[in-house]
Amino acid sequence: MSIILDKVNYIYGSETAYELHALKDINLVIEDGQFIGIIGHTGSGKSTLIQHFNGLIKPTSGSIYYNGEDISDSDFNKKKLRSKVGLVFQYPEHQLFEVNVFEDVCFGPRNLGLSEKEAQLRAYEALKMVGFEEDLFYQSPFELSGGQKRRVAIAGVLAMKPDILILDEPTAGLDPKGRDEILEQIKTLHETTNMTVILVSHSMEDVAKYVDRLIVMNQGEVKYDDTPKEVFGHYLELEEMGLAAPQVTYIMNRLREKNIPVNVNVTTIEEAKEEILRVFKNR
Amino acid sequence: MIRDITIGQYYPKDSVIHKLDPRTKLVGTLAYIISLFLFNNFLGYIVVTLFLVGVIKASQVPFRFIIKGLKAIIMLLMITVLFNLFLTKGTPLVEFWIFTITKEGLRISLFMAIRLIYLIIGSSMMTLTTTPNQLTDGLESLLGPLKKIKVPVHEIAMMMSIALRFIPILLEETDKIMKAQIARGADFESGNLVKKAKSLVPLLVPLFISAFRRANDLAMAMEARCYSGGEGRTKMKPLLYQVNDYRAYAIFVLYFAAIIAMEIVL
Amino acid sequence: MGIIKSKNLVFEYIRRDEEGNVEAINRAVNEVNIEIKQGDFVAILGHNGSGKSTLAKHMNAILQPTEGDIWIDGKDTKDIDQLWEIRKTAGMVFQNPDNQIIGTVVEEDVGFGPENIGIPTPQIWERVEKGLKAVNMLSFRKHSPNKLSGGQKQRVAIAGIVAMQPKCIVLDEPTAMLDPNGRKEVIDTITRLNKEEGVTVILITHYMEEVIGADKVYVMDQGSVVMEGTPKEIFSRVDELKQYRLDVPQVTLLAEELKESGVSLSDGILTIDELVNEICQLY
Repeated sequence: MSIILDKVNYIYGSETAYELHALKDINLVIEDGQFIGIIGHTGSGKSTLIQHFNGLIKPTSGSIYYNGEDISDSDFNKKKLRSKVGLVFQYPEHQLFEVNVFEDVCFGPRNLGLSEKEAQLRAYEALKMVGFEEDLFYQSPFELSGGQKRRVAIAGVLAMKPDILILDEPTAGLDPKGRDEILEQIKTLHETTNMTVILVSHSMEDVAKYVDRLIVMNQGEVKYDDTPKEVFGHYLELEEMGLAAPQVTYIMNRLREKNIPVNVNVTTIEEAKEEILRVFKNR
Repeated sequence: MIRDITIGQYYPKDSVIHKLDPRTKLVGTLAYIISLFLFNNFLGYIVVTLFLVGVIKASQVPFRFIIKGLKAIIMLLMITVLFNLFLTKGTPLVEFWIFTITKEGLRISLFMAIRLIYLIIGSSMMTLTTTPNQLTDGLESLLGPLKKIKVPVHEIAMMMSIALRFIPILLEETDKIMKAQIARGADFESGNLVKKAKSLVPLLVPLFISAFRRANDLAMAMEARCYSGGEGRTKMKPLLYQVNDYRAYAIFVLYFAAIIAMEIVL
Repeated sequence: MGIIKSKNLVFEYIRRDEEGNVEAINRAVNEVNIEIKQGDFVAILGHNGSGKSTLAKHMNAILQPTEGDIWIDGKDTKDIDQLWEIRKTAGMVFQNPDNQIIGTVVEEDVGFGPENIGIPTPQIWERVEKGLKAVNMLSFRKHSPNKLSGGQKQRVAIAGIVAMQPKCIVLDEPTAMLDPNGRKEVIDTITRLNKEEGVTVILITHYMEEVIGADKVYVMDQGSVVMEGTPKEIFSRVDELKQYRLDVPQVTLLAEELKESGVSLSDGILTIDELVNEICQLY
């Protein structure tokens, strides 16, 4: 169930004063079962990019293939694509509208034309998958906490049984614990269902901890596309793009400058701890 | 899709017209609109045309930009012209089937069309050269006397300027909500009228909730910044008439007099 | 007495049903005693729903205490006659940058506060210019706020408060909706205001990195102040913070983990420099 982007370009407001080349010659292959992170500062084109994945935005030039089919073909089923490539936007407030949580999650499967029974079954499953408590199923979605709203929004997309789940900054505005809970939930989801997960994030610490492939967007181009370790090795270049590496990467590099023989290729606290303890032992 | 709509199409330039006091422009536009209905002869049209061309030249707004505003009224224009053309009684000019075009009909429909076009061009001259903020300021000041009969002029003006600020924000938000729902399989396009109306619910509910939330936040932010209505408030940009405004008023008076004189003399 | 002082401050949200009967009472602020010194940079930390924003709204007399008292520069907020004086003394910046900008042009928005308090026109212009300079936004004075980035909008909002020349600025999660660069812009701006202009700053947040430079930190949970002290003191109590749904910066966490594994580092390490230096000395 792969997505292939071939020389995709996108220009906003073509031939006006506000013309903006948001994506430049993007070539990408999204393989099955990967946990991918996308980083880039605001305006780097990452939001535009993810909206191409499910056909919400049509490329100005270039092609996008889903399972080998060109999604811009006139006989291509766009609605099916949107159910298979699930996109959860940043603010759950933008999609919650029903009288209660359960009804809201049913909205997606109902739009797919499923039977009422099937829709409800899927909604139930989806809410369970995101760890939503059963006694809150009939609460109004507007009275939930930020973290719970986030879960309902994700469930609303999961209920369409996508093969690929794209999350645009799912932790924005959450407190540290809420952030960890959501990310852990997404990780579990990825591990149990083997669904492809694409996580758009501003937090280098988060992507370092969770993803196995990291795409860095800058000024409409894919700057790096590699494992987080490799990408964060370029921390000086990342800084030039207005990004950064996780704090531990800086610590390791500073230690190395002071002639402590640590391996700088470290991105998480756990690894940093092991590495520092190792050099202490071998001293 | 939605971001293509532009509201309050101000055309930034530094012309004489742009620099006029908004009150001058409001009064002038009103006088101009009235003048359009005061005459009924060719000479009048020549005077109005000269006046309009003069104002457009002075404003430095490109003509093609002004024409854009006319697109919106094409339908209205056609209907007016057709009605006047076929329904006016008088000396027949052309006759076919049940339709008769009279000399008077031709004349009236032509005049009506020109009047409508001039009306739109004239009033868009005002919106093109005045920022929405200046407009509300001008209105607030001109309607000031109504405060005496308890019309909340300041509040109305404040509401208008807040609306102007939030329209683009809400448009953008509508776009985002639509995308979020389309990603959940929503369909805003197909189906009959009832189905279409129903499909708007997932769009309107989040939009309204957000708008209320914003209103609430904004009220709090305004209160926190000591806002308590128009009473005791000073102005950062008070409206002050300049020499050019008096000149503009003089031109209006002359123009108005010319139109009336022409109607009486001829 | 400090610029802000509260004594046994209690605030209850009362939820009523349709007939006006009390349905539920939610105590958002519970017996809070704080005292903030003029010129300090004070941070109030807490997870979402801990009551920190409710407390903040008392500092600008947007909310009145249910029980207890709060004085702003010696003025009791329950004294209606002092309302405008209190709001002039303690300016408030809110979370959502879009929902607090009133003007359609940057400079007009900054002038809004001074207009409200009846400052003569020439002085308004001076204040606007000074306010915009203080947040480094003077070159944007003629711009529309809609075209600015989140960080820039928040700086305009801060300028709007600065133009009212308050003794203290209360910022209620000003960075929650911003990207990392925007967050940095805002924090740098308020730090500068505090250091250079001597404005008392009260920052409400749940981003731990933002409070490192504070003079004093309060931690709130379930409406009560549960911890108070310098950032060093607070951050050395990692387990306690986690219990309140918060975390510590990566540096502090790494230092803590190393300590547990037997590396003898000092308590409450906050910066990369501190950690690197201590490790170097031990190595």
